[in-house]
Amino acid sequence: MESQTPMPIPKRDYSLVGSETQRAYEKGLVSAPWYASPIARPRLKELMRRKDGPAIRHTLLWFALIIGSGTAAFLTWGTWGCVPALFVYGTLYGSTSDSRWHECGHRTAFKTVWMNDVVYYIASFMVLREATAWRWSHTRHHTDTIIVGRDPEIAVPRPPGLFAVCLKFFALPGGLRELAKIARHCFGRLNAVEKDYIPGSEHPRVFREARVYAAIYVATIACALATGSILPLMLVGLPSFYGAWLVVVFGLTQHAGLAEDVLDHRLNCRTVYMNPVFRYLYWNMNYHVEHHMFPLVPYHALPALHEELKADMPPAYRGLVETYREIIPALLRQAKDPAYCVKRPLPLAADAALQGGQA
Amino acid sequence: MSAGWIPACKTGDVGAEDVVRFDHGGRTFAIYRTADDKYYATDGLCTHEKVHLAHGFVMDTIIECAKHNGRFDFTTGEAKGAPACIHLKTYPVKVEAGQVFLQLD
Ligand code: FES
Repeated sequence: MESQTPMPIPKRDYSLVGSETQRAYEKGLVSAPWYASPIARPRLKELMRRKDGPAIRHTLLWFALIIGSGTAAFLTWGTWGCVPALFVYGTLYGSTSDSRWHECGHRTAFKTVWMNDVVYYIASFMVLREATAWRWSHTRHHTDTIIVGRDPEIAVPRPPGLFAVCLKFFALPGGLRELAKIARHCFGRLNAVEKDYIPGSEHPRVFREARVYAAIYVATIACALATGSILPLMLVGLPSFYGAWLVVVFGLTQHAGLAEDVLDHRLNCRTVYMNPVFRYLYWNMNYHVEHHMFPLVPYHALPALHEELKADMPPAYRGLVETYREIIPALLRQAKDPAYCVKRPLPLAADAALQGGQA
Repeated sequence: MSAGWIPACKTGDVGAEDVVRFDHGGRTFAIYRTADDKYYATDGLCTHEKVHLAHGFVMDTIIECAKHNGRFDFTTGEAKGAPACIHLKTYPVKVEAGQVFLQLD
């Protein structure tokens, strides 16, 4: 009997300027209308209402925790005591900045615009994302969520490289790529992919911000050299790497293993119930289906929005354990079979309406 | 009726601090009512990615687009920052006998 050569695993082209981009246009997936669950306009208006109070309280606590753990790391530097202090500091700096970046990027966290912008710029630096470049990247993510060839924020392209997924826990190689981008932008250069989603009017701002980031890194390195200690870099810069693990733990729950190329956020996003501490750290981004469907609703109103919509949603996951019981096998399977995805069950009435509408 | 004034909606069709969509002659517009019952009109589609502004959220004289949170001052059409970078076209509005009219060019 002839031995069969294993079929090569088909790979999709996730570039924004590659073959799949044209395909996405041809399939009507680009800037397409998305499904939105029904909700009465007066109730939606209530939920969209902005407040400063919750985000001010949460942000003051966040800064206090960062300064407190950073001070503890400074005071215990050179002893074993600095390890837990740096663990807490790094996680707050490198991971919880992700959700602050996200909510303030949408300018919904605070009612006052400048407060959103100040926290956005600080959080962008901490999570190692250039503020303006990533604002436009995230804009595209909302236009074409998990549409291959269009969405620059697909965290786990298929087939997933499992080693690559593990490296993400230390922001590798993504963080190094960001540093290379910053260097390139300092010299006023954008590549074709960036030009695809950042409009020309915003390029000078991207270059200016890159130079500010670079200046902060150079000053920190100079400080480390002058003091003969790596401590300055452990407090500024490196936490974006050693503290990135929680971004991945939380962030993979958003879309990993779910469908690509669909126009219904219920099929490509997850809502995961989390305890109050996690919800504080993640600023309710665990209500991810609701956020994508109604991005005008601020993070503090997402639990209430979830209550309004849940009859029209697939069941929410009961915690991280249940979620990862789905994600890990799904990624292992996608490594061999990239066409596989987790199919989220739509409520029967919603499913029937969807089938009818898309027939 | 004077030239160019089109009946758009009844005053009560727009809630306070809210927006409704009005389609006319193959075009689409957004009609706004402020908290103190002033009415305004702009093109109906966001200048960023052509999403209906009537799905958005009105705060004072700002309309925030439902798709990417782009903001415009609907009294002037001014785009207030990325991703809303191109100003909106505005239209004169008048209210007579409970009817909102807008004037097209
Ligand atoms: S479509 Fe309105 S802000 Fe993008």
